[in-house]
Amino acid sequence: MSIFGIIKIALKSLTRNKTRTFLTMLGIIIGVAAVITMLAIGQGAKKIVEDQVSSMGTNVIMAHSNFSGTAVRQAAGGGNLITVDDVEAMRDLDGLLYASPVYNTWGQLKYEGKNWRGSIAGVDADYFFIRNMSIAQGELFYGSDVENGNKVCVIGKTVADNLFGDIDPIDKVIRIRNIPFTVRGVLTEKGQSVMGHDQDDIVIAPYTTVFQRLLGRRWRVMSVIVSAQSKDRIHLLQQDILDLLQARHRGTTSEEFIVSSQTELAETANEVSNTMTILLASIAGISLLVGGIGIMNIMLVSVTERVKEIGIRMAVGAGKRDVLLQFIIEAISISIMGGILGILLGFGAAKIVGNTMSWNIAVTPWSIALSVSFSMAIGVFFGWYPAKKAANLNLIDALRYE
Amino acid sequence: MNTLLLETKGLSKTYIMGQINVHALRDVDITVNNGEFIAVMGASGSGKTTFMNLLGCLDKPTEGSYWLDEVEVHKMSSEQLTVIRNEKIGFVFQSFYLLPRTSALENVELPLLYSKKSSAQERKAKAMQALEIVGIADRSTHFPNQLSGGQQQRVAIARAIVNDPSFILADEPTGNLDTRTSIEVMAVFQQLHRQGKTVVLVTHEQEIARYANRHITFRDGRIISDIINENPADARVDLKNLPLEED
Ligand SMILES: Nc1ncnc2c1ncn2[C@@H]1O[C@H](COP(=O)(O)OP(=O)(O)OP(=O)(O)O)[C@@H](O)[C@H]1O
Ligand SMILES: [Mg+2]
Repeated sequence: MSIFGIIKIALKSLTRNKTRTFLTMLGIIIGVAAVITMLAIGQGAKKIVEDQVSSMGTNVIMAHSNFSGTAVRQAAGGGNLITVDDVEAMRDLDGLLYASPVYNTWGQLKYEGKNWRGSIAGVDADYFFIRNMSIAQGELFYGSDVENGNKVCVIGKTVADNLFGDIDPIDKVIRIRNIPFTVRGVLTEKGQSVMGHDQDDIVIAPYTTVFQRLLGRRWRVMSVIVSAQSKDRIHLLQQDILDLLQARHRGTTSEEFIVSSQTELAETANEVSNTMTILLASIAGISLLVGGIGIMNIMLVSVTERVKEIGIRMAVGAGKRDVLLQFIIEAISISIMGGILGILLGFGAAKIVGNTMSWNIAVTPWSIALSVSFSMAIGVFFGWYPAKKAANLNLIDALRYE
Repeated sequence: MNTLLLETKGLSKTYIMGQINVHALRDVDITVNNGEFIAVMGASGSGKTTFMNLLGCLDKPTEGSYWLDEVEVHKMSSEQLTVIRNEKIGFVFQSFYLLPRTSALENVELPLLYSKKSSAQERKAKAMQALEIVGIADRSTHFPNQLSGGQQQRVAIARAIVNDPSFILADEPTGNLDTRTSIEVMAVFQQLHRQGKTVVLVTHEQEIARYANRHITFRDGRIISDIINENPADARVDLKNLPLEED
């Protein structure tokens, strides 16, 4: 018989027992939907991480002193504290585009009656270029402000909202730990960081001013942020910075400084989200497998139930191949229909998850291709044994079967 | 009319049941011409069904040879036998063997589905024609469970003739039917016979065998008699003479 005719027969016998067909399909539907949703969530998470890593800036390298583990004992004298002179020395390194010291601190911010606790970064004017920061309102501060230690700052959206509300913050004076600073500008919104903190909850001021006015005598730990001229320079520059720091701080080991790059961070983040995606997908895959076993189970029952039918078909001219194909096609039809419904359900579920978590969730074509081919393979794989059993029935025994 | 349809020589079938060998059929030599109407008779267990299964290529002989339309069937593979069954043989069974939840028409179409030749339209037309021949065209859309036993057997006969086979094999086709319905079914077979079909029919009722032109009797797997019935009864006449069923 033509394959077309066999397909027709297979579909007909599936529609004869709709409830059972649907229940069998349910295993595949849930499995495929789970795979699609899990992959979509994994991809969505990955995309968010990627966006955030790139929001750090372009070709960024960060250096800071390591105070943890064994390094802390060796550095008891503070021999590994990075200084502004170190940063100046770095500016001569090959492949370096910008460099800026970063003092991180936090404190009470005040404007008229309003209070806000925020983090404060003391940086060079180049910092804005390193981190691709742009201004939404007003303007940035400049090199001259840094040189003169001017009491100016730019503030993030969160700070602006909390201190000013509807008032225009530009050129207003806020008090940071009671020191007056003039607001130059408001930064363009950046959203949450990889670590989950609000990147707009920030006050950025010249590092000279922060150093002189805001830092206590003892806590003057500084880190450095640098941008390389191009991506392929990053690795070399990273090593040069580490060498430079070690050379300038006698008696320190390479463990006492941490020089990391954005690409490294991106790779780590990628690895984490890939691992998560694989984990989610394999859990979903297991449910698909269980669905497949359900198909095999039902097909075996169905073959036993229909021994007589098989005998009749063979008596009037159905060959082994016809019977084999009929049952395999029944199994494949169940799994493919289940696959299609599963894709639709998975789409829906991914959409709901995406909306509730306000993620931009992506159902990729390859995840559809994957689950369709996987469910088809399951149909063939788990349909094969029952179909083979049907095709190998002895004709006389099949006709006599009660 | 006297052309050779099939011939067997030393046809034997032995079933091996553990230690015991059951000789269901021993050394059967027979020739059948086109256009014959044969009744195969014998006691229960005498080998009638075994013989039918071999003639119908449903089973292979343990020994012996079988020519059908000058083809050596005993040398064929099971795949080749499948084609022979489909093209040359029409089966009618005691318990009808119709596919459940499948309309009469679709049941009749079944053998055509497994032969490559015809289109969907041709299949339908042929099946309809076969149903008309057995006089049950008005029930073509009924499912088997909506038909009486006699009607189901007519559908089965229609299925047997739809592919225009060389001969029809019927294993106790009236075994599950009452007297009147049995005669009606025999009338259908006689009509097919008049139209030139070869019919081989198993029965252990003398009443039924009367309608055939040749009687072959088995005992213990051997043919013990093979006689021509010079005056076969006419089922149409018997039907007319039969008092109407009182119910
Ligand atoms: N599959 C089988 N395995 C073993 N023995 C079998 C098998 N089929 C038939 N037999 C034996 O072969 C012998 C002939 O059986 P067969 O079915 O041909 O008889 P029959 O003449 O058709 O009988 P009935 O009138 O009861 O239908 C019997 O003894 C039976 O037990
Ligand atoms: Mg029998």
